Amino acid sequence: MTTWTQTLRRRITRRAAADAAATQPDGEQLRGAEASTVEIEPNDPILAFLQSAPGPVELETLELDSPAVRDLREAGVALVVPLISSGELIGTLNLGPRLSEQGYSTDDRRLLDSLAAQAAPALRVAQLVREQEAEARERQKIEQELQVAQLIQQHFLPTTLPQPPGWSIEAHYRPARAVGGDFYDVVERPDGRIAFAIGDVTDKGVPAAMVMAATRSLLRSAGREDLSPGGVLAQVNDLLHGDIPSRMFVTCLYGILDPRNGELRFANAGHNLPFLQTDDGADELRATGMPLGLMPGMSYIEVEHTLVAGQLLLLHSDGVTEAHAPDREMFGTPRLHDLVAAGSDKRGGMLGKVLTELERFTGMGWEQEDDITLLSLRWEREAAASTLAERTFPSLRGIEREAMAWVAEAVVASDLEPARAENLKTAVAEAVMNAVEHGNGGDEALPVEVRVEQRADELVVAITDRGGGRTIPITETPDIEAKLRGDQTPRGWGLFLIQSLVDAVRESSDESRHTVELVLRTDGGEPR
Amino acid sequence: MTDRFNAAPRAEAGTVIIDLIGVLDGDSAASLTEAYMVAAPEADRILLNFEPMTFMNSSGIALVVEILARARVEGRAVHAVGLSDHYRHIFEITRLSDFMTIHDDMATAVA
Repeated sequence: MTTWTQTLRRRITRRAAADAAATQPDGEQLRGAEASTVEIEPNDPILAFLQSAPGPVELETLELDSPAVRDLREAGVALVVPLISSGELIGTLNLGPRLSEQGYSTDDRRLLDSLAAQAAPALRVAQLVREQEAEARERQKIEQELQVAQLIQQHFLPTTLPQPPGWSIEAHYRPARAVGGDFYDVVERPDGRIAFAIGDVTDKGVPAAMVMAATRSLLRSAGREDLSPGGVLAQVNDLLHGDIPSRMFVTCLYGILDPRNGELRFANAGHNLPFLQTDDGADELRATGMPLGLMPGMSYIEVEHTLVAGQLLLLHSDGVTEAHAPDREMFGTPRLHDLVAAGSDKRGGMLGKVLTELERFTGMGWEQEDDITLLSLRWEREAAASTLAERTFPSLRGIEREAMAWVAEAVVASDLEPARAENLKTAVAEAVMNAVEHGNGGDEALPVEVRVEQRADELVVAITDRGGGRTIPITETPDIEAKLRGDQTPRGWGLFLIQSLVDAVRESSDESRHTVELVLRTDGGEPR
Repeated sequence: MTDRFNAAPRAEAGTVIIDLIGVLDGDSAASLTEAYMVAAPEADRILLNFEPMTFMNSSGIALVVEILARARVEGRAVHAVGLSDHYRHIFEITRLSDFMTIHDDMATAVA
């Protein structure tokens, strides 16, 4: 009955007099043109009257205080035949006066009655088919939107995470069906430090995924500008503000970790606090700040902490702590705290442990309410750095060959493949040339320090000059065609060679010194 | 630093060869250019022999690029022989190998 009353309120098509027409509750005509409509309110007494009428109803003699009756009469309708299916009024057949100008006979009425009895179920079936089609279209649309949101989301999550020597960095992301706006990112900076972020966009679906993508890109771009974590968040906040819908905002925690000494510095824009697993339990590392995108000109307090080997930092999104058990109890922060405090020895064990506990808590067949994101950074063991050799060279032209031969000697015991050893030699020669010419400006009195170290799974040659505050420009692959055409200088191969010949190049500088580290992995992973 | 560079042009079996002897770096420019100027009018095909080369850095690569650019303008082909595996690798990553024919040995190079 609801279908009829709701849709009938919209319209009933009326026809020119003397032309019979059936109407459907959605107001579409079955055939013919020149139709206008009669609105029937759901509380119009004609509905109750037609529902219980024994057959066709003559409007002329109908005494009913009904606006619809008046409107139907004005539209030229003489006879209304109710269409009843399973006891429900699902439509009417409205007829004008007979062309013969005589009234409808008993036979006419009997014929119309039996026509209505057969037409009503057919009309009802048609209505149901239409409703189902509309529902299916709606479902398909939602499904497509979900797919788009998921694609965007997945595209902007990292596919691999950097693994500094002695560290294990792992992440778990599981989208809710409706796709929330969670994200995380971990990037190794040129100076060897690790920048990481975890965040959550309010809202769900495509809009949240778009804002998530924008935020992730802005964070990466700000991260490249050598800003502190608070500076990164402040910049991204200003860029997001005004660009995202007013009801949306982004919570985000951004940190920079030095894997060599455990120094951590982070700032927080309203995101869940991270947990640090310590010897005697777990601490919540506290830092607060406004979520991103709400108000411009925010500043973010930075918190510093130094991790020691054996500790683990766990970041999470509220999809974890706000998950519900079947009895509506919430997982909650204290439960997560206890899990971190109890610790886990296995590599990747903490994420597995939290997820297992979450599954146990929410029970079988749980419809995940929100995205779940976990990011853990575990310092497994002190990267035992041993200096294999150390020497200072004068800034002389051609000194790079002496430095190269000396490094080759220093790494003999490392048992590098001959081709990799040759690559390292050439990279060292180029880096020393740069140190002499650019870092020390060819001043013979300034030293170039070269140190060869074995750090966990890495063989590192560190080359330090006195050109403090200098950074290596981002290297593009030289365009040999342009060079051969004479459109570009034939020079400019040094940095490209260095980066092509070793597994990683890191640089760091202070006010007076600049260091380039040439890294060869010695654990057999991803050699060049 | 005693390993001074010398580029010596010579002809063998109808091929003009420039032997690159010693260290090919920024200091080699004059010698290499001169050798090319002497050799170029003699042939449409110049063979650079890297066999006697002991070291090459990025400035040396720049000199090879200069020779290639000049030869292109003049319509001459530049071939190479005597590259160690390491320098052959470098010629590949810098894509120098796309613009010059690299031979495995002198016999095929002069053939």
